[in-house]
This record gives sequence, C-alpha cells and structure tokens, in this order.
Amino acid sequence: MSTRILRPLEWAYPPRPVRREVRYARPDTDGSRPPVLFVPGFGHGAWIFTEHWLEHTAGRGFPAYALSLRGHGKSGSAPRTTLRSYAHDVVQVAASLPRQAVLVGHGAGALVVARALARYPARAAVLVAPVLGGVRMAFSVLAGNPAGTLPALFGAGLRPSRRQLFSRELPIRVGRGYASRLGRASTLAQWQLLAPGRLEDPVGNPPVLVVGSPQDRIVPLVALNRAARQYGGAPLLFPGMGHDLMLDARWPEPIDAILDWLDKG
Amino acid sequence: MTDLGPSQAATTHWRGDQPVHGRGETVCVIGAGASGLVAVKNLREQGFAVDCFERETGVGGAWNWRHTRSPVYGSTHLISSKSVTQFPDFPMPDSWPDYPHHSRLLQYLERYADHFGLREHVWFGTEVTRVEPAEGGYWDVTTRGGRGALDRTQRYAAVVVATGHNWSPKMPEYEGLADYRGEVIHASAYKDAAQLRGRKVLVVGGGNTGCDLAVEAAQQATMCWHSTRRGYWYAPKYVYGRPADQVNDLARALRLPLRLRQWLFHRVLRRTVGDLTRFGLRKPDHRIYETHPIVNSQLVYYIGHGGIVPVGDLARFERHSVELATGELIEPDLVVLATGYQPRFDFLAPQLLGAQADGRPRLYMHAFARPYPTLFVAGMLQPDSGLLPLVHWQTVAMARWLRLRESAPQRAAQLWTSLVGGPDRRWTKAAVKDSTRHWFEIDHVLYLRALQKTLKALEPAA
Repeated sequence: MSTRILRPLEWAYPPRPVRREVRYARPDTDGSRPPVLFVPGFGHGAWIFTEHWLEHTAGRGFPAYALSLRGHGKSGSAPRTTLRSYAHDVVQVAASLPRQAVLVGHGAGALVVARALARYPARAAVLVAPVLGGVRMAFSVLAGNPAGTLPALFGAGLRPSRRQLFSRELPIRVGRGYASRLGRASTLAQWQLLAPGRLEDPVGNPPVLVVGSPQDRIVPLVALNRAARQYGGAPLLFPGMGHDLMLDARWPEPIDAILDWLDKG
Repeated sequence: MTDLGPSQAATTHWRGDQPVHGRGETVCVIGAGASGLVAVKNLREQGFAVDCFERETGVGGAWNWRHTRSPVYGSTHLISSKSVTQFPDFPMPDSWPDYPHHSRLLQYLERYADHFGLREHVWFGTEVTRVEPAEGGYWDVTTRGGRGALDRTQRYAAVVVATGHNWSPKMPEYEGLADYRGEVIHASAYKDAAQLRGRKVLVVGGGNTGCDLAVEAAQQATMCWHSTRRGYWYAPKYVYGRPADQVNDLARALRLPLRLRQWLFHRVLRRTVGDLTRFGLRKPDHRIYETHPIVNSQLVYYIGHGGIVPVGDLARFERHSVELATGELIEPDLVVLATGYQPRFDFLAPQLLGAQADGRPRLYMHAFARPYPTLFVAGMLQPDSGLLPLVHWQTVAMARWLRLRESAPQRAAQLWTSLVGGPDRRWTKAAVKDSTRHWFEIDHVLYLRALQKTLKALEPAA
C-alpha cells in the first residue's frame, strides 16, 4: 500500500474545466443506499446507461448517476485530453454527489475509474468489462478487428464492430442503431491505452468487483481474470454477452448481480 | 469496523472519586473544524470508532463566521489557490474561482461532512474542559455539554487535538495603550466593512490579515494608515497569468533551487511593482520565501492611489493620538491590531505537548507528542500553501500509526523511537525569522516529503 502525496503537476496544472453531462434517476424513496455513478468507456456517452441500467438501479433504491467524459456525449469538447482529465471528470462528479459514491466504470471507463480511485475514496467500485490497457490487450483487439483498430494507432478513433459490442441475441437493427451513436475518445488518451503505466493504489481501501463476459471480443477472459486478481478477487461472469453488457439483450442480469453485491456489502 | 457495542463500552474506571466511562478503543477528536473533520474521516476510514467534540453547534470551526471564535470577516477570501488548498481526495468544484470566498469554504466543509457522513460522530455544543493521561496510553477526557449539564469524563484510546491556532488574539504591548481613548480592536473583532466607513483607521501589522484590512480600509474608510515594523515582499495573487502559488509549485516540480526561485520572483516583482521604497514602504530586509508569504496584489496599488499611507513602527499611544517612531502624531478614530494569534490549549497541561517556559509546543512534525504515542495535534502549521492537504496527510499518518500500534506493537515501538528520537527539524529551508509567528512555519513540499517517508514507514509489513 503505497500512498502518493506529492502531486506538483496536479497543483500547478489542474485540468481545464469543461461542461459535463450528468444524467440521473432518483429512487422513489430516500433510503440509506449509496449513490451509484456510472462511467462509460471510450466512444460511449452517458446515454448507454440511460437506456436501461440507470432506471433499473434507481428502481432498486440506489440514486443513480451517469456522466459523459469530456469530448463524449453532451459534455464539452476536449480534443487534446489525456486519461488524467477523464479521471478528474469522474472525481469532480463523485465529489459533487450528496454522499460517498460507488463508481462503476465500463470498458476504458473502468481504467478511468481505477485512476479516479487513487484520488477519491469511493464506497465501492465495479469494473465492467474493464479495458485496463497494455500491449497485450492492444494485440488481441487488433487481431479481432484490424480495420477498426489499426487506424487508431495513427490518430483515428477506435471503431469497435457491432459483433464485438453485442451478442447475437440483440436484434441487428437495434445493435446498428447503438453503434451509430458511438463517438470517439481523444487521440492522446487512445495512445495512453497502449502504456497506461502502473495503477496507483485506491485510497480508502474500497471493495472492487470485476464483471464481464467470457464471450467479450474486446476483453478476453484472461484479461478479466488478471484485472480481478489485481484487486484480490475473481471476476463475476455472464456467459454469452458482448462487450456492452448494459445494452445487450440480457442487460438485467449483470446490473442485478452488481446491485446484489452492493446490498451485501 | 471496531464500533463497540454498549456492553463493552460501558466499563467504568475511577479517577479519584470521579467515575470515568470507558470508551474502549474509540479515538477522541477535539474540534469539528477543517482539521477535526478530516481527522474523523481518516480515522473512520482506518476502521476506528470516533467521538468528536465541538463546542459550537455547527461544523467549520474558524471558517464558520457564525462561531464566536471565527476570525473571518465579511470579505475574507483564500490567499492560496484552490488546487493547493482543497483536500486531496475531495476536490472543490471546477466552477469555483481560483481564490474562493470564505462562505464557499464553509460550504465545502459542510459538504465534506455530509458526503462522508461525519456529523453522526460529532457531539455538538460540547466543550472539552480537561484532557489527562491515564494508564496504558489512554486519556481521560472531561466534557461539558449544554446549559447546566454536569461534567462527564470518558476514557479514550487516543486523542487528536484539532482546536486550531488562529483564535486566541496576540495583543501587542505599547506604552499608553491602556489610556488611549480611541477605539482599539483586534483584527479578530473586525467583521464587516461598516465598522470602517467614514472613519480614520490605523491598521497595525504587516501580515496577510493586516494587509487585507488595510486594503479594505482604503476602499471603505476616510483615511487609512498602515503600520508595519519591517519591510516585506508583497507577492501578487497572479503571475504569468496563473495563480502565483501554482507557478511556484511548478518551479518546485522542476526542482529549481531556492536561490533560483527567489531570483525569478524578485525579477517578476522588480519588473511589475518595482522599487517599494518609492511608495514609502521599507525595503524588504530578507529575501522572498524567507518569512511567511504575504499574498496581496492590492496593497501597493492602493498606496499608489493614496488610499493607504504606510507608516513605520508605532512609538506610543497618547490619550487622543498615536505617536509614530518618526515622532509624527496621527489621530485615528479606530485602531485595528492585526497582530496575529497564539496557540492555546486550555484543557491540556502545556508539558504534555513538550512546551517549555516560552509556551511553544514541541512536537514531532508539529503533530506527534513525543512522550505520548496516543496524543496528536492536527493542523498546527503555518504553511506556504493551503492547510487542508497537509492536515489530511497528517491525520492519515496518525490513523495508520494507531493501526500499526495495535497490529504490530513491537515494530511500532521501534519505529516510534527512531521517528521521534531525532532532534527538532525545521521543515523549511529558508532562514525564517525566529518570532512566535514562525513557530509552525513550514515549506509544504519539504513537509509533505517528510510525511511521505513517515507514511511509508507505517505501511503494514507485506
């Protein structure tokens, strides 16, 4: 457990403020359950959670929030952004919530959450199909979808294919609709995925759960296991689903499991 | 969690013929200001049960203007910028300005308390009247709550004193001050600009408060004299278009040596403000970064506009006038003494904090009482940055130290000897002037580096 205290760069150059899109769904009754903040991955906006998960989470008594990272969704544009500013966005929104929040990050948003955990003592964290970066993961994604990945090395946006994101159970028309709404992360942040550096330890020792699908064509099972091991656990698996678990046909299963886990803790 | 059930907590000890209620391994935090709140939060985070006592009925301590001991006045703004002032794990909103108003700081502390659910651990309206060591490293804490309530003594495993050091006015001694017929107030009694309007005001003291009040008087009063004993550097709030402390931290990040940083800053000031003596101010008798920084962009500006007349030291007070060291007589209606504050711990015997005749507490890193491994003082620092990040890491170190003491007593005992055995260090490289004002003066980078080392030593063995 090493703690980093000196952050001269953070003090001297705090990330530039941008407008942030935050969507929310409040439960009917004001219970004691902690707020849950959903963080979408690269190319995705808060809308992926407002489709199903946000209302569902509120329905189970958790105040639910979802944000769009800068340059995504309806948040302000930010072309030269790095992971540091994305993590800053997450910490800013988390600290603005009335109570200590649970952070749920999806895809590369899980990497953003993992970095935010070093700056904000979350009550708990859930990494959904986490893209924690590294050369190994880059190769496996490249092999699975060279046309959508290779140009990203030269500054284009990552373009995951419909078959990587969703299972066959999701109607093709719906899947195409979702895929057409995807945006892109900044080039710098995409490059950072290749060498994300060592993750700092979370502050406040929050419990961390890793969730994914063994059939995910972006995050293979070995990567899920590796991520879970990093936080001292085993991944919670939902076979037969694609990378975007919150949009796929059987979306209620993972979110129910996550909320059950939170209720138990 | 180590929350104790009522059965375990109800053990009763005796101190003389007074019952002492045992609180088991609970830690006592005194004060619910910024330092107290962060202590509660970090102790809770390490799994300790905490009882926090606050004499006022709200959180925020000095930053809560409703509190009788609060030194803030209507127009108080931060003098260190947001990024070096906020808690490291709970940032201020992006939408706030670089230098927020004091009411925002209170709002920030209230939100901090609510966000982390700290209020349920605070006993409001309860004043600590006595803290005495008991056997086994425990502490007997006597509190008095509410009107007519009886004193109550409870036994705690550790005590964190977070009562602040900016509330007990330090009054200067001047010949004839007692017989002076004009109004004399200490800066702590200054609350609102209406107190200055239409009056001739003498502000005494060249600290940050003194300079702020002189500027305020320049805007509101008929006439303002500003008396300082020495020459100072007046650092602007912005240099190179950025908050000055952020620029300085960049220079620190680049590991520029002190001499070079001093040269750079002198150069900036020479080019922008120029020769201070032209304004009737004294030439600074030290290099910048050698005393506590005075951050004020407006003082020289108002001198240049005639709003402030700088005068030197005062010689004596007469019945209706004040004589300056130069022999000149001035006749202010109101004298504001911005002469600072003194640390005061009425509930604690001074020797517990290692204080000798001069009353100066001598603690390891200004926080750990050497003879008592379970007694701490949080936030007793005069940093060249914001205080909150420093007190955050102080209290993290305290909580981790208590954890280690519990889990590995032998290693903890060894560590304690090696940590506190060393001589008193000054956590600043500059040749800080040795006045009571600089008792707790620290350089935030050096201090945090030392804390980083301490925290590393406190890590549980892998």
